[in-house]
Amino acid sequence: MALPTIAFWILAAFTAVSTLFTVLTRNVVHSALGLAASLIGAAALFILFGAQFVGLAQILIYVGAVVILFMFGIMLTGTAVRPVVDNDQRPAAALVALAVFLVLAAGIVSSFGTKKVRFQVAFPTVQLGHQLFTTWVLPFEAVSILLLAALVGAIVLARRD
Amino acid sequence: MYVAAPLLLSAFMFSCGVYGVLARRHGVMLLMAVELLITSANLNLIVFSQLLKNSLGNIIALFIIAVTAAEVGIGIAIVMLLYRQRSTVAVDELHLMKW
Amino acid sequence: MDWLDVVIILVKVVVCFLLLNLLLAVVVWAERKVIADMQSRIGPNRAGPYGLLQSIADGLKLFTKEDIFPLSADRIVYPIAPIISAVPAFLAFTVVPFGNMLSIGHRHITLQIADINVGLLFFLAMGSIAVYGVALAGWSSGSKYPLIGAVRSSAQMISYEIAMGLSVIPVVLYAGTLSTRGIVLAQQHMWFIGAQIPSFLIYLIAGVAECNRAPFDLPEAETELVAGFHTEYSGIKFMLFFMAEYMHIVTISAIAVTLFFGGWMGPHPNFLVPLWGVLWFLGKTAAFVFLFYWVRASFPRLRYDQLMNVGWKFLIPIGMAWIPISAAVHIFDIRRVVLVGAGVIVGIIVLSLVLPTKKPEVLTEEEAKTTA
Repeated sequence: MALPTIAFWILAAFTAVSTLFTVLTRNVVHSALGLAASLIGAAALFILFGAQFVGLAQILIYVGAVVILFMFGIMLTGTAVRPVVDNDQRPAAALVALAVFLVLAAGIVSSFGTKKVRFQVAFPTVQLGHQLFTTWVLPFEAVSILLLAALVGAIVLARRD
Repeated sequence: MYVAAPLLLSAFMFSCGVYGVLARRHGVMLLMAVELLITSANLNLIVFSQLLKNSLGNIIALFIIAVTAAEVGIGIAIVMLLYRQRSTVAVDELHLMKW
Repeated sequence: MDWLDVVIILVKVVVCFLLLNLLLAVVVWAERKVIADMQSRIGPNRAGPYGLLQSIADGLKLFTKEDIFPLSADRIVYPIAPIISAVPAFLAFTVVPFGNMLSIGHRHITLQIADINVGLLFFLAMGSIAVYGVALAGWSSGSKYPLIGAVRSSAQMISYEIAMGLSVIPVVLYAGTLSTRGIVLAQQHMWFIGAQIPSFLIYLIAGVAECNRAPFDLPEAETELVAGFHTEYSGIKFMLFFMAEYMHIVTISAIAVTLFFGGWMGPHPNFLVPLWGVLWFLGKTAAFVFLFYWVRASFPRLRYDQLMNVGWKFLIPIGMAWIPISAAVHIFDIRRVVLVGAGVIVGIIVLSLVLPTKKPEVLTEEEAKTTA
């Protein structure tokens, strides 16, 4: 097996296990840690598939900011009381999740069963930046406005008065 | 390398996310499960971007990351507000529209 | 890529890791000596000549100390938090170019562990993972002070990460690349410090805050929080936190050299060229590490609201304002002089607002009412 293929399987196993841990554990902080591990695994997969910029942006934003925000939420809402984290529809939820997975898997295997993908092509960051600020400049501005609105909204919601 | 392998991983992450969204009642953990759904979508985009040799998937993934950051900011603010007003983070205790 | 390349990479990784560990021992010893000298003390002078072996003695001591596991600590997270803290600190160094090229036969070896084309982003990403070590350590200790220290420190680190991210953008604009090696090569004619004084100051302040160093060492403010997030840690686990802190100092200094001071570049005689590059790099980095000691010995610790004000109301707006200014100058090609002038002015403003002033505290209206 080629080196990238081995790397893929290791990373895939790591991501899958930490994803499962995220949704199964009863401890909130463990779950956040599992999510962080899962997102790092996904970011490494992005890099493996040639999306270096997106992969590192994912680590920077998801792992460095979003999950830390989750941890803040957890620490500020108190973990000492060990809240009940699951509701009573877990078997049904598991069934639904299994059904979703089977449908998706059947679709994927029947459509892409024999197609192959190569790891080598890395998209140059220059090209991404160029496209982002020419073809996609309007969506980019829209996202900026959205972020600003979210920032203001979060402050309005969370401020204490 | 078969393209189905990363897509199946993505499908697995998505199902885990679905399970999490349905089974969790802790507000923050619910948001974490949503995060898994979004990351699985991103993984798909990146893989297809590589398969089709088109950087569009990368760009959309970047947009999704930015939008998620906004979503989580608001989500956590709502959970904090919930905790402050009702002293609970369980979303299924929110069955009344108005207190 | 044949097997020899793999061997070269492995050798680079192993050699760098060992040398960095050795360097850390020197950095810790130097800090104690320098601070002692600034405070008219002698500093370590027992182990070896001039106390040079003090760090190694401390390391051995920490190895043999009892490893305390508090009853209320989390079983899984408590032991892995120091590892999460130390690993990204070392990983961040992989993108630091510590020399130019080493040519043996027809093979060119870049003196850098990995020259990835988004190197700077990698450095920032590792900085953001480092927050986990602190936050998890504080939470998993299962006691009050570490938790407070951890919450403080994560808030501080993510705030200053934004300022740091903003401060490197003008440099990336000028260099036209995110690769650290590319950034150094772009400084062949003029170091970026010449045109980027405000960026540099913001980077430096944010860097000190990122390392949780004095005067931003609130997470471990010993007068109020015992020792902050690592209160409950002892032995080898404590040593990992300690190493992570000093590794951050080294990396942030090295990246400052890379971004603003031309990395390995410098005048050198025409023999043993790669070696001179490494020496220049080490010398410049050492100067920055010394700056870290100097700052620690000079400034009193900030209050928490002051810390947040400096970050959010000050470094971030100035950083944001500086990006369009340098972009405009870069595009319209106004003479560099204008940029340098503007840079000096903005730099002076930054410094004058950040440095502690003797101005008495102005009471807010409510406080004035209550005192009256």
